[in-house]
Amino acid sequence: MEFKTILFYLFSTVTVLAALRVITARNPVHAALFLVLAFFNVSGLWMLLQAEFLSLVLIMVYVGAVMVLFLFVVMMLDINIERVRQGFWKNLPIGALVGALLIAEMAAVLSGRYFGLANLPAQNMPANHSNTKELARVLYTDYAYPFEIASVILLVAIIVAVMLTLRRRKDNKAMQASDQIAVKAKDRMRLVKMAPEVDLPAAKQGEKA
Amino acid sequence: MEATVLNLLASVLGSLWAPLWNLIKPLWPLIWTLVKIVLIMAPLLLCVAYLTFWERKVIGWMQVRIGPNRVGPWGLLQPIADGLKLFFKEVLFPAAADKKLFVLGPIMAIAPALALWAVIPFSSGWVLANVDAGVLYLLAVGSIGVYGIIVAGWASNSKYPFFGAMRASAQMISYEVSMGLALITVLMVSNSLNLSDIVMAQDKGRAAGMGLGFLSWNWLPLLPMFAVYLISGVAETNRAPFDVVEGESEIVAGHMVEYSGMAFAMFFLAEYANMILISAMTSIFFLGGWLSPVGFIPDGFHWMAAKMAAILFFFLWIRATFPRYRYDQLMRLGWKVFVPLTLVWILVVGVWMMSPLTIWK
Repeated sequence: MEFKTILFYLFSTVTVLAALRVITARNPVHAALFLVLAFFNVSGLWMLLQAEFLSLVLIMVYVGAVMVLFLFVVMMLDINIERVRQGFWKNLPIGALVGALLIAEMAAVLSGRYFGLANLPAQNMPANHSNTKELARVLYTDYAYPFEIASVILLVAIIVAVMLTLRRRKDNKAMQASDQIAVKAKDRMRLVKMAPEVDLPAAKQGEKA
Repeated sequence: MEATVLNLLASVLGSLWAPLWNLIKPLWPLIWTLVKIVLIMAPLLLCVAYLTFWERKVIGWMQVRIGPNRVGPWGLLQPIADGLKLFFKEVLFPAAADKKLFVLGPIMAIAPALALWAVIPFSSGWVLANVDAGVLYLLAVGSIGVYGIIVAGWASNSKYPFFGAMRASAQMISYEVSMGLALITVLMVSNSLNLSDIVMAQDKGRAAGMGLGFLSWNWLPLLPMFAVYLISGVAETNRAPFDVVEGESEIVAGHMVEYSGMAFAMFFLAEYANMILISAMTSIFFLGGWLSPVGFIPDGFHWMAAKMAAILFFFLWIRATFPRYRYDQLMRLGWKVFVPLTLVWILVVGVWMMSPLTIWK
């Protein structure tokens, strides 16, 4: 058996086990960390397919950014695991239906009988072939408009999410950074010229009396 | 180098070598890789140990103190003594901690800090894995270093560590953005994701031809990005003045509060290994790696080491100089200053490269 085959089985076994633990782990933080493990192994699988750009971007985007924010939220929530599990048997049929549909569709695409994926010849790339450059060329020439539209939609989604949750409190004590930076020493401190020793007027009166 | 080692072994072992070679031949690539890993790891860990010593000395001198000078000559054995002390200390587990994740935390902090060294070239050809997607690998694996802090902070089940974890996750994600965007300009002008190619791309141009190589390195044409990258690097490693994650006057030591002994030492190792790594990456991306600044001195590892040492000194210098940033100022700097600046500069560099004034051909 080739070493790559061993790696493939290792990555896929761990992926499946980690994905199972994502939905069975009692602690949501553990579940999120198992999802990270699953992402890692999927990234390994993509690396075996010589898609190094997608593989590393998967780690960078999902593991490095999305899951960190996810953990950030999950750690702050007080999730009652019993409440989450309450409707399990009630929702099982519809969940099973969706799952079965997904499996059927994936099987139809991947089994090759209808879409002919299995008949595609294996692509032998030259050693200096750059996956990243090929992807960029297609993305920024043939699919430039869809790509730009997709990014604008994402930008709109970001702005909308911010606007929905933004509330200006009246008693908010925000600081103006530009004002803070513009402050000079003489705005904050006044130096007064005075003699080192001054006779107190009150004391003088006291002596006279 | 591989052939030299094999010849040396053959001449030393004489007639014993042939049967031995037949035995280990299938495993040789593995053995050779392990040898190279040891050759990188051992000096790295030594550098980490002496970086802590150097830091204490430098900060001591800057504050008109003497610094450690009791253990060994000039205090040179101090890091060894510290290491031994940490090694023999007990690792305490808080009663309410999540035991498994509590152990996993330090491991997740140190693993990426060491794994990143796989793609760093130290000199021409001195690299463990000369991969084409080197920069992507650095960004991807570098972005998982934050997990160690988050997991440790949460597993400690205690307030200050949790504050540290929250601060870490927000801070490191923010500065990864500006760091990645700053690197995009470097990728644009070098036209490669391979770290060795990025270094060699800085050896071209008119200045390099005249023997003034340091003028053709990326730091000069990409000066704003160099500044953004270096400052983001300081924030990314949670070093002063951006050490809000562990800010000892605010949250004691952040995620490390509940750790002791070797578990604490792992965080320490990871932080200093990351510092050395950032200095290596800055030298590769902006300061021409192992290239010589002037034509009449040969290129080589000594230049790489000198540049890394200079940047590490910069790390220690600013720690002794600046007060800690307030948390909101830190976020403002990341999102409202660095990100717009890098985005504009990417556009500027793009236009510059397409214009007749381009210096990158």
